[in-house]
Amino acid sequence: MVNESMISKLRVLVEAAKYDVSCASSGVSRRSHAGQLGNAAAWGICHSFSEDGRCISLLKIMLTNHCMYDCAYCVNRRSNDVPRATFSVSELVELTIEFYRRNYIEGLFLSSGVVRNPDYTMERLVRVVKDLRQKHRFNGYIHLKSIPGASRELVDEAGLYADRLSVNVEIPNEQSLRMLAPEKDFKSVFTPMAYIQQGILQGKEDARRFRHALRFSPSGQSTQMIVGATPDSDRDILRLSSALYARPTMKRVYYSGYIHVNRYDTRLPVPATPPLVRENRLYQADWLLRYYYFQVDEIVDDSFPNLDLDIDPKLAWALRHPEFFPVDVNKACYEELLRVPGIGVKSAQRMVMARRFSSLGMQELKKIGVVVKKARYFIVAPGQDSRLLPDLGAARVRSLLSAPGAVRKAEGLQLKLCFES
Amino acid sequence: MRVFVHDGSFDGVLTAVFDAYSRRAFPDVLSREGEGLPLFCDEVHDVHTDEAKAGRVWRALQKKLSARSLASLGLCWFSEQPGAAGWIFRYVCKVVDSSVSIEGNWADKDVRTVLQWGRKVASERERLLQFLRFQKMADGVFFAAVEPLYNVLPLAVSHFRARFNDQVWLVYDVRRRYGFYYDRATVEEVSFPEPPEGLKGGWLDPSLSAKDERLFQDLWKTYFKSVAIRERLNVRLHKQNMPVRFWKYLVEKR
Repeated sequence: MVNESMISKLRVLVEAAKYDVSCASSGVSRRSHAGQLGNAAAWGICHSFSEDGRCISLLKIMLTNHCMYDCAYCVNRRSNDVPRATFSVSELVELTIEFYRRNYIEGLFLSSGVVRNPDYTMERLVRVVKDLRQKHRFNGYIHLKSIPGASRELVDEAGLYADRLSVNVEIPNEQSLRMLAPEKDFKSVFTPMAYIQQGILQGKEDARRFRHALRFSPSGQSTQMIVGATPDSDRDILRLSSALYARPTMKRVYYSGYIHVNRYDTRLPVPATPPLVRENRLYQADWLLRYYYFQVDEIVDDSFPNLDLDIDPKLAWALRHPEFFPVDVNKACYEELLRVPGIGVKSAQRMVMARRFSSLGMQELKKIGVVVKKARYFIVAPGQDSRLLPDLGAARVRSLLSAPGAVRKAEGLQLKLCFES
Repeated sequence: MRVFVHDGSFDGVLTAVFDAYSRRAFPDVLSREGEGLPLFCDEVHDVHTDEAKAGRVWRALQKKLSARSLASLGLCWFSEQPGAAGWIFRYVCKVVDSSVSIEGNWADKDVRTVLQWGRKVASERERLLQFLRFQKMADGVFFAAVEPLYNVLPLAVSHFRARFNDQVWLVYDVRRRYGFYYDRATVEEVSFPEPPEGLKGGWLDPSLSAKDERLFQDLWKTYFKSVAIRERLNVRLHKQNMPVRFWKYLVEKR
């Protein structure tokens, strides 16, 4: 049972699991039942934030960090000399429930190294979640990693207990994947993904026909790609993301800036710091795909295979397409408003609502939440007094927006009045 | 200058709206009982809170507003801001006067103020759900001390009741000296005229807590420390997401 010796074990297994990025607890609402512990909120709740700024919503942990695979990018590869530990099913179940009762966590994110064979490992994972759901009547959120190569029956059973299943792609290109992870190929990743998808769609179909149909992974599936471990460009990464989002059940693709956990492996680069800016730009591009009606080829294409690190992808698109601007904030449709740098989903929705009552000027835009400093080169509105992108030219707008302080200093504008902007 | 004096309740403000329309005279200033009156007031009207009148105003609002905007109005009241009565009064008047729904009019100052304060209070409630930490007491009761900026504890009770419906818990607002106690059946409001004994800065005395409470706190601290990736440290973001004012009540940041 849980005692002092758990502390060191917990440390080992958390260190092993922390490089997985996903921590979302959203996407499903699970009602509470009298006498049973827990529920799940559709919007997700973050219970803490670690010192790297990432949210802690779930108890993200491995059942064991023993692994028979030897993936170059992974801290748990079998050739690594790291402390190894394994939880028993009952220990992990008790830990989850006690943490949950104290409001530390929203649920469990369970993963595991592969021991013996994928099916053996998957079976043990399924036993933990089955115990939580059936023996302890736990209604909190459960995210379960599906082990690549696990058989269909086990994935089908896991989907009945988990709220979200996921398989990590890790490397966006099959050749690189084979080189870095000799035991894996795209088939071993995309087959379980397809099982999950079929399970979810089947579950939805059943729910339409039968009143008491069981829900299958109701919060869909997610995946993760490592950024910066291979020479793949942002175009390769985003094209794969976009293809994955086109599938009916893929909810999130996460990007994980590569951290050189295995310095000795010569197949991998040794960056001084993880590529955090690039990771951030990829997330911004991901949001453009999901909420801003952008197509992947508009964000990156063959002539611009990588995202611009100095400016965000929407601004980069805007500067490449001066013919689209200016946009009249009082007339443009919602989708057009979303294309303006400085206007986000929330402010665009508010603008569409507010302009039914009165015309919107720069003052109102500012109050609504538009980043006027950025948007003013791209819009026409009463009270707008700066010059627009088509007159100024892309290079000038870019220099004005990329690092305002630096530019002002370089041009010596901080003491002069500048009438053009 | 015309002044309406209300008793400081939500119904009081709604009754003030009713009185304003029935007297066909609108106040320049809305004042709370016990507050001093402003200079140069030529007319003072005392609003006698009347549930029937307030109910009529509320039903009129229900006809014209979406559930979401009604909720914003209520949340705005919980902000405990000195100006809240005035914002709500003017908002309600605008709703009544307009033939179309004004709830989306973000360009209007009063509408925006109500929506923005509604959001602020809602996010403070959300933070309560995030950062409240239970400590298990020796008798099996789960205890938590909180200190929210606005009076949002009553708004969060339903969440804890649903989620922890099979455990006995007590949530205590340190600043406002009251709390809610749930005994697996009903939630009761409890008030503490004096700060409870055995509580030091929101933390239970070790003699009062359960045997394994310390162990689980240590486990959680271990988890919190180990899950951070050293190469990615970002203290600014950490503080932005988890403001420092919550730290003294968080196991992992104590």
